[in-house]
Amino acid sequence: MEIFLAPPTKQLEKSPTGINGLDQITFGGFPKGRPTLICGNAGCGKTLIAMEFLVRGINEFDESGVFMSFEERIPDLEKNFSSLGYNISELVAKKRLALNYVHIERNEIEETGEYDLDGLFVRLGHAIDSVGAKRVVLDTIESLFSGFSNTALLRGELRRLFQWLKDKGVTTIITGEKGEGRLTRQGLEEYVSDCVIFLDHRIVNQVSTRRLSVIKYRGSAHGTNEYPFLIDESGVSILPITSLDFADHEISRAHLSTGVVALDQMLDGHGYLEGTTIMIAGGVGSGKTSFGAHFVDSVCKTGKRALVFSYEESIPQYVRNMSSIGLDLRQHLDSGKLKVYAARPTLQGLEAHLVRFHRMVEKFSPDVIIIDPITSFVDLGAPMEIGLMFTRLIDYLKLKNITFVFTVLSRDGEAIEAETIGVSSLVDTLITLNRTQQAGGLRREVCVFKSRGMDHDLEPRQYAFSSKGIVITGVPMRKEPVGV
Amino acid sequence: MTAPDAGTPPGIDGDESEVWKLRLYVSGQTPKSLRAFANLKNFCEEHLKGRYTIEVIDVVKNPLLAEGDQILAIPTLIRRLPEPMRRLVGDLADKERILVGLDLCRHDGATR
Repeated sequence: MEIFLAPPTKQLEKSPTGINGLDQITFGGFPKGRPTLICGNAGCGKTLIAMEFLVRGINEFDESGVFMSFEERIPDLEKNFSSLGYNISELVAKKRLALNYVHIERNEIEETGEYDLDGLFVRLGHAIDSVGAKRVVLDTIESLFSGFSNTALLRGELRRLFQWLKDKGVTTIITGEKGEGRLTRQGLEEYVSDCVIFLDHRIVNQVSTRRLSVIKYRGSAHGTNEYPFLIDESGVSILPITSLDFADHEISRAHLSTGVVALDQMLDGHGYLEGTTIMIAGGVGSGKTSFGAHFVDSVCKTGKRALVFSYEESIPQYVRNMSSIGLDLRQHLDSGKLKVYAARPTLQGLEAHLVRFHRMVEKFSPDVIIIDPITSFVDLGAPMEIGLMFTRLIDYLKLKNITFVFTVLSRDGEAIEAETIGVSSLVDTLITLNRTQQAGGLRREVCVFKSRGMDHDLEPRQYAFSSKGIVITGVPMRKEPVGV
Repeated sequence: MTAPDAGTPPGIDGDESEVWKLRLYVSGQTPKSLRAFANLKNFCEEHLKGRYTIEVIDVVKNPLLAEGDQILAIPTLIRRLPEPMRRLVGDLADKERILVGLDLCRHDGATR
């Protein structure tokens, strides 16, 4: 009998992690049937990523798992797992997950001659067989080095262990703590040559940011940047840095009303272009938030969805203040068309914000996003970092064809302080709100400073607030042919 | 408390009346395992004659027992009695280390 095996496929087989963003960076997950090393400092999130890999493996990909812990006892493990919102005892009872605690204590072991780690192999093998595991986590195997003095023997045994795991065809995550001048204390990266992930946790300006990078992925393409990630109640989210591919980017020609009839007139008679980025710059009390709220109201009235990040007002405050100019935002909140997220920007680092934007966009799938104001972020990092963050956000929203409006606080007269964060060149439409001193007193003026892809009004126009909203006066009807 | 008795029946030797219960974890019939058992037997005959039991456990057949006793290295010798529990790894070739590991140094004079 002759059997012809299919030639091995060129593309390395992968085991999807199911973790938000990680599968995109690794183009499909970790190498299937092979060990992956996740290393980083204490508290960088190694164990959590490993756990999520197992639990998602069970819940989403029907692959059972074994978690062998060299550090935490079973009750602590169960507690940590449940912090991800998973009922671990249920998975254990259903024989989808095996938890195994390996206790190592240095001072009670006397070495009297030759030995090997067959006991570990047998226990791991038994745990794998007991649930039919396809995924295994060893957290943190380097602890073995504190229990046995013969490091040469341990190294040999680790090599044998990784080979044995490969022969068993289980996808394994090995965690390791960062050592001096190398990735792990015992140089595990020398044994695990297939895929190495590095996690970093640093504190800049008293705000913590977590980053992940793929240091090595044999036989596979992978993203090479440092990717910010976030750990919250729904687990780990990693944010791939998307670069806007302008060639493939489909652009819309549809317009969205700004909610202010006269402002629509100033913008070629129609309003904002869908999927573009709009910046509203103005001084204190110039009505930036009100212009944004008009847009929100108009968007929600046409059945579309809007997501507002309010960094200066709480939700009730926002709703109340807007009702004073005749905008009933409560109805949109109630109908689910509008979602407002109110917080202080300093609660989190820039990356965490960026990840949160992404997560909320994925969850809510809005047509319009408002950030009010982005100047709140200036305290959070160096201007370059903030600029980079907004560039990423703008690219991401453009790809999704989401219209993005943000407000910027500027001092009167000094037109665009946003230059400091370097995003004004990325903006498609720029609206400035100014107050000027005139013979008759203060005058509020709105001006479309620029608006790509449309013929727009160049004159500053006077505006005022009324109980029925913003009123702009003196705007010629652009439906008529006007000589501009 | 009726562990399979692989050694000589418990008895009283000299002025020590404690019975030693030892458990040896091996993995199949590997040379290392066989060597460990032979070394242990010799050692016990020399120092604990007549008052010891050796229970040999194959981890391959009893993985749960190995888990309960937190066995990693093979061979591992566990002194279950007298208390406190002691743990030795290796093929028991180094007699000095066994004496230290089993805490027999102070008994040594008495057991001879």
